[in-house]
Amino acid sequence: MAAEAEAAPQGTEAAEPNHGLRIFLIWLPIAVAADLLLWFVYGPHMPPGDMASAANGQQFDIKVMSVMAAPVMAFVLTYAAYALIVWRQRPGDDTDGPAIHGNTKIQATWITVTSVIVLALFGFGTYELANPHSAGAGSGEGPSPIWKPPVAASKILQIQVIAQQWKFTYRYPKQYDYFETNQLVLPADTWVQFNVTSLDVIHSFWAYQLGVKADANPGVNNIAYSEPTQLGTFVVRCAELCGLWHGAMFDYGHVVTQAQFRLWATRTETQLADVTALLPPYATTYDPTVIKQMSAAMVKGGLTGAPGLFYPPQDPVQP
Amino acid sequence: MSLPVRIGTLIVAFLLVAAGGAFLVVHYFLFKPPTEVFNAGPSGQVNITMQEDPQNTVSTHPDWVSYFIKNPTTGKWDHTTIFQVPANTRINMTILGYDGCTPLRNPFWGKVTGTIGGYELVNGKKVRVLNSYSGCNVGHTFSIPGIGLNVPMGSPSLSATLCGTSPCTSGPHAVMQFSFMTPKATGTYFWQCRIPCGGGFIDGFGGPMQTIGFMTGNMEVVS
Repeated sequence: MAAEAEAAPQGTEAAEPNHGLRIFLIWLPIAVAADLLLWFVYGPHMPPGDMASAANGQQFDIKVMSVMAAPVMAFVLTYAAYALIVWRQRPGDDTDGPAIHGNTKIQATWITVTSVIVLALFGFGTYELANPHSAGAGSGEGPSPIWKPPVAASKILQIQVIAQQWKFTYRYPKQYDYFETNQLVLPADTWVQFNVTSLDVIHSFWAYQLGVKADANPGVNNIAYSEPTQLGTFVVRCAELCGLWHGAMFDYGHVVTQAQFRLWATRTETQLADVTALLPPYATTYDPTVIKQMSAAMVKGGLTGAPGLFYPPQDPVQP
Repeated sequence: MSLPVRIGTLIVAFLLVAAGGAFLVVHYFLFKPPTEVFNAGPSGQVNITMQEDPQNTVSTHPDWVSYFIKNPTTGKWDHTTIFQVPANTRINMTILGYDGCTPLRNPFWGKVTGTIGGYELVNGKKVRVLNSYSGCNVGHTFSIPGIGLNVPMGSPSLSATLCGTSPCTSGPHAVMQFSFMTPKATGTYFWQCRIPCGGGFIDGFGGPMQTIGFMTGNMEVVS
């Protein structure tokens, strides 16, 4: 073949088709079709759904990233398929391919395009975190959140999430006398501030359809926001390996109308009044070691050498 | 070193590692305490008796607190926390609380939930909420989260000398009685104690709290 190539008359190389253009023309409809399918067909069903503002924001983010990634992937696959078909080794052709040389134009294009994509995603992601509609994108922001909902603080429903092996309980705000329950019921179209903490090991509060995921650390108030916008049921799971029954640490929450929520909260407050009276004063963290009544009981029971700590002083405690 | 010696060493090392792995699997993953099988009596109900002890002198962890279940056939106390019951059946539970008090970390679990009538009898007295802070009078809880059952266990008086040999057959103790319905759906429902009673572990949450056969176990519901 080499001999034939050497013997070929001048101008044979000009007959080589424009592979770049051909790849582009194959890739373009595939990329456009993939993007349209991703945005309009699969997009509305992408996780975690659009039951709440944070979830809606996450779904939008995933749609945007998918639409940006699909053309890149389509290009890689198109190029690979084109190369396999067009540049495959023909029967009887035992020669090497032409030597590959650097191509500054292609390298510059590749670096520029990928840099633009990555930087655009960086900017987009940062904007989405700060976007008031997302208010931190449903993630735990620590005790002093930077990104807050675009409403007055008095309009935000405060709910304390208390993780413990192996159950979440929820403490409702002052207007409901700080009752605690193992049911999570939320009013629709109301911003909720989840004050997530733990009273034993590290857990993670993951209200999937609300788009909320915040670590539950002992002695820490980890704040996350979301505004439920649709009525229905959502799943709450622990997303941090927390011991023997971690896999069973899940339950279901409900988004109801505001009138239904008030009715439920008032009724539950009454039903739980007897145990609410035993609860420690409300605090942003649920730290048993600072509960005076508990320390007194421990001392009374002869269980502690140091007030508030569990068991004798030589036993290990949470660092 | 000659080739046969090297090969022999390799084989011995491989066998040692394999034996260690097998021991770990059998000892930690396949080990399961016995299951107590309870069938409904003539009344269509099941009676179960358990006890919780301040120690456990019948296992390799003598200083761990533990539950025991009374074998329905032999009447003897078995060191296990797994029991099998029929579905959709009334369970009449009696638990003897031999262990001393430890306040609940979360007083919310002092409320009795999921029992028939929403109460338990503690030493014959009807109780809906036990205040573990008032007098340090709660030892453990018996909770089956899957069916919303939570029952705090009373404890002997603070001045009592607790039973020192398990299973306890004498000594000061509280008696808790309550009834609940098993679910219609068959399956395994885990139960646990909600008081961190794993002394010697970080904040009491290790050891017996994390080990089936001590302070947690399974209720196997069959048709």
